[in-house]
Amino acid sequence: MCLAIPSRIVEREDLRAVVDVYGARREINLMLMPEEVGVGDYVLVHAGFAIQKVERDAARDALKVISSIIEEVSREDRNAAETQPVARSPRGRDAC
Amino acid sequence: MKETVARMRELMEKIDRPVRLMEVCGTHTVAIFRHGIRDLLPEGVLLLSGPGCPVCVTAVRDVDTAIAIAKSEGVVLTTFGDMMRVPGSGKSLFNAKAEGGDVRIVYSPLDALTFAEREKGKKVVFFATGFETTSPSVAGTIMEAERRGVENFFIYSVHKTVPPALKALLESGEVRVDGFILPGHVSTVIGTAPYGFLASQHGKPSVVTGFDAQDILSGIRMILEQLAAGAARIEIQYTRVVKPEGNPKAIAVLGECFEPEDAEWRGIGTIPLSGLKVREAFGHRDAAAVLRPEVRTENVRTACACGDVLKGVKIPTDCGLFGKACTPDRPVGPCMVSSEGSCAAYYKYKAIEGMKL
Ligand code: SF4
Repeated sequence: MCLAIPSRIVEREDLRAVVDVYGARREINLMLMPEEVGVGDYVLVHAGFAIQKVERDAARDALKVISSIIEEVSREDRNAAETQPVARSPRGRDAC
Repeated sequence: MKETVARMRELMEKIDRPVRLMEVCGTHTVAIFRHGIRDLLPEGVLLLSGPGCPVCVTAVRDVDTAIAIAKSEGVVLTTFGDMMRVPGSGKSLFNAKAEGGDVRIVYSPLDALTFAEREKGKKVVFFATGFETTSPSVAGTIMEAERRGVENFFIYSVHKTVPPALKALLESGEVRVDGFILPGHVSTVIGTAPYGFLASQHGKPSVVTGFDAQDILSGIRMILEQLAAGAARIEIQYTRVVKPEGNPKAIAVLGECFEPEDAEWRGIGTIPLSGLKVREAFGHRDAAAVLRPEVRTENVRTACACGDVLKGVKIPTDCGLFGKACTPDRPVGPCMVSSEGSCAAYYKYKAIEGMKL
């Protein structure tokens, strides 16, 4: 599925950035970003790439809903895949 | 929320006939159940699930091919976890792994690339499934592989695109839909232009919608407003994320790596130009061309009605196997495998008493 997750950029170097999402740190790639972003900005992340900038308030609201959906979906898909969940970070591919 | 619901009632009185809306995206299917949206809708508004579940629409033959790749000598197949239990004509990737195929789950195609960098002696193939939200990430990873000079990284693309599928659904004449709730994140990438034909050629009001309860109710209200006014436009409810032009950068990277090709959708059939093929310039990354996996797909016939469910012709409870022979623990069809598959969502929430289906 194609849910993208709003994440806050905490570090950035060229096209690589580190984001904080639900307290987990993940490295992401900024190659697909249509505009400049920097530390403190929120971006929508999908499968390891930032795909859009989102305003802080919108990001916070979205995080709440999306986390509930992801929790549900990834828990089930993980069970389905019978794999180890990875830390607390949601799966890479997560709403259309 | 109350106001939106009240307004929808008014609009339905004006429209004065039942309205069938399709939520294209599987994540909307899950969100609609989760937020109990059906309980809030006025009488006469019916929501149908559409083809937007990548796991559900991946063709049997494509799963078989992925399995054949995983079983090839010296090859590691990497995949998103949700593809593991999807049945091919006989087996799933999960079975293939149990039989010694090297299958690993990754969260991003970039993880697969990094893995390829570490395992130089192996051919590492990423099983590229998903719609336009996902395919730019895969294109970006191909670019990265070129930049880093990782020669042993390949992709097997069964990517699909949403607008051609909607076009095929409407043109088949099988589906009765009055409007579309369009996917939020696919549209983040592609914008609204590719959906134009829904309104201009088919007269279907369509709204790109977000994922919280208010978003979904507002999206539906916006479609009803159009229906009541006899209008048909493509609108965006999810304006805080989706821009009309989408993400031009992602579209450009996608176009550089992939070109459209005809693709088979499980249960639906071949849809013209609805798939993405690796462009010749990157042909050395195309696992299908490089590894030439041998696949023998048998036509398996089951009573699974997944195809009709994905087309919005049937709802899951119309399937004779639903909840009997087919449950999330023992899925017969892919719509029950994926948690965002319509059958799985119905199964899960049907258990909640009073849930309106
Ligand atoms: S309930 Fe199972 S068998 Fe029936 S359509 Fe859904 S997935 Fe297929």
